[in-house]
Amino acid sequence: MPTPVIAVSHLRKTYGSTVAVDDVSLEVHEGEIFGLIGPNGAGKTTTMECVEGHRKPDSGRITVLGLDPLRDASALRQRIGVQHQEAHLHKRIKVWEAVDLWSTLYSRTVDTADLLNRLGLDTKRNAWFMTLSGGQKQRLFVALALIHDPEVVFLDELTTGLDPQARRVIWSLVTDIRSKGKTVILSTHLMEEAERLCDRVAIIEHGRVVEVGTPLELVEKHCPERRVVFTSESAGVADRFKAALGDHSVASDGATYTLQGEGEDFVTDVIHVLARQGIRIRGFRTEVPSLEDVFLKLTGHGIRD
Amino acid sequence: MLKGFWKLTWVETKVFAREPMGVFATLGVPVIIFLVLGRMVGADRVNSEPPPFNLPVLAALLIAVSVVISLVAVISIYREGGILKRLRATPLSPVTILGAQVVIKLVLTVIGLILLVLAGRQFFPGAMEVNLLSFTLALMLSTLSVLSLGFVIASVVPTARFAQPLAAALLYPMIAMSGLFFPVDQLPPVLGTLVQLFPTTHAVSLLLGVWDGSGWNAHWGSALGLVAVLVTCAGISTRVFRWE
Ligand SMILES: Nc1ncnc2c1ncn2[C@@H]1O[C@H](COP(=O)(O)OP(=O)(O)OP(=O)(O)O)[C@@H](O)[C@H]1O
Ligand SMILES: [Mg+2]
Repeated sequence: MPTPVIAVSHLRKTYGSTVAVDDVSLEVHEGEIFGLIGPNGAGKTTTMECVEGHRKPDSGRITVLGLDPLRDASALRQRIGVQHQEAHLHKRIKVWEAVDLWSTLYSRTVDTADLLNRLGLDTKRNAWFMTLSGGQKQRLFVALALIHDPEVVFLDELTTGLDPQARRVIWSLVTDIRSKGKTVILSTHLMEEAERLCDRVAIIEHGRVVEVGTPLELVEKHCPERRVVFTSESAGVADRFKAALGDHSVASDGATYTLQGEGEDFVTDVIHVLARQGIRIRGFRTEVPSLEDVFLKLTGHGIRD
Repeated sequence: MLKGFWKLTWVETKVFAREPMGVFATLGVPVIIFLVLGRMVGADRVNSEPPPFNLPVLAALLIAVSVVISLVAVISIYREGGILKRLRATPLSPVTILGAQVVIKLVLTVIGLILLVLAGRQFFPGAMEVNLLSFTLALMLSTLSVLSLGFVIASVVPTARFAQPLAAALLYPMIAMSGLFFPVDQLPPVLGTLVQLFPTTHAVSLLLGVWDGSGWNAHWGSALGLVAVLVTCAGISTRVFRWE
């Protein structure tokens, strides 16, 4: 196993009596897109800020690219890119001025014109920051986080408030970063985003990591149920499936049948039964649990503080 | 990182200049007060009746205080708006981020003084006869000293809304008790000792000295007082300054 790009062990951070991060340990490897997901207030932002070196942990050990985020802060800042969840800029700074200022701060920069272009900000070069829409501001922050071609990129809620087009642009930027062998750690509340983008995710709740793995692994482990729903006018469908798959897994409502089972092979099994028995069907649809189901199962349904 | 420092200073200057009300409050108001009071009490030294206090020194001090109030406002707005945090996350050093503000405020002080001299020459001929280089240096040292106090104030103000009023409520009474309007030994003993801790008291003493022509040599104690305040407040600020 190569040494991880980010290693966090037993991180703890409190604000007065609030325990923001209770005990978080995780490892992120080179070339990986790693997602932090969890309810509001779970401690995702605090964890990221400690790893970035912007907050001092109460206890725990963190290394990023082999460096200590606090002690080696200035060396690290050249090599990481950060987009804060809530960040702001001077109201009256122009987009190009911000980009220009940021690019003088780093020894190496990407083609900024191209970056602004991709993010759809080229026409806003001369606009004051305060006149940008929420999504445009967000895209500018993503641009500022990527301007120096960082080795590790931190994106906290990278697509919150973005329209579907902009979201896809950012997704493709993020996958481009990975294809250059760089590492991304991001947080998101969109499970679809985590599922599409992340190689691995950590589910965080109450300042603890409750589960880590690839989205697929987590779904298989925690939500193995599969459902097949179809409509058929054939006679005796329910009985024939009950005979093949067992009692508990068949429910019918008129001509609509819902079959429930577990595991990767379930859908194939159903299709085999349909074919063998020559059952004619009209509609056919499968319901496979998603990361969202895993998330809700592991973190409960109630709204948090 | 010097390149980053100048770039940041330049961007911050442009951003400041884009807010006309702020520019007017910082540069225009002291000049207007100078002109209005000049008409009322007479700023002209050749007047038969001597003015009750040195108006150009008051106006110069008002420039220093207004740039400091502007600094406190900017810092607190930047903190509340997350801009300080954003800048801190870049390779810019803390000294660079705050140093850019100090440079801008010092430049504004000089610009304010130039406006003051021009206005004085225009409206009160003969009123601005002073060694300008010496006076400018004295005012810059004074401003620097009051700025350091401004950083302490900016560190403790709870919200941006209170920053400006709080800074004004602290600094204007300091001017009132600085010895410009009546000698400090007329103050009650406790207050008389207290005002020795205020940068404004030393600033007035130095500026009046330069104005009289007795110069820095005769007032090195005041200059030293300004430096002492500067060092103390800078030391306090590094401990209590909050970035968010
Ligand atoms: N600066 C702060 N001062 C005091 N408490 C804080 C501060 N920042 C965060 N907290 C508290 O720490 C806890 C964790 O917050 P954090 O921002 O890390 O959560 P999060 O997982 O990022 O949530 P969200 O999904 O809403 O962004 C919350 O209870 C929050 O109220
Ligand atoms: Mg957060």
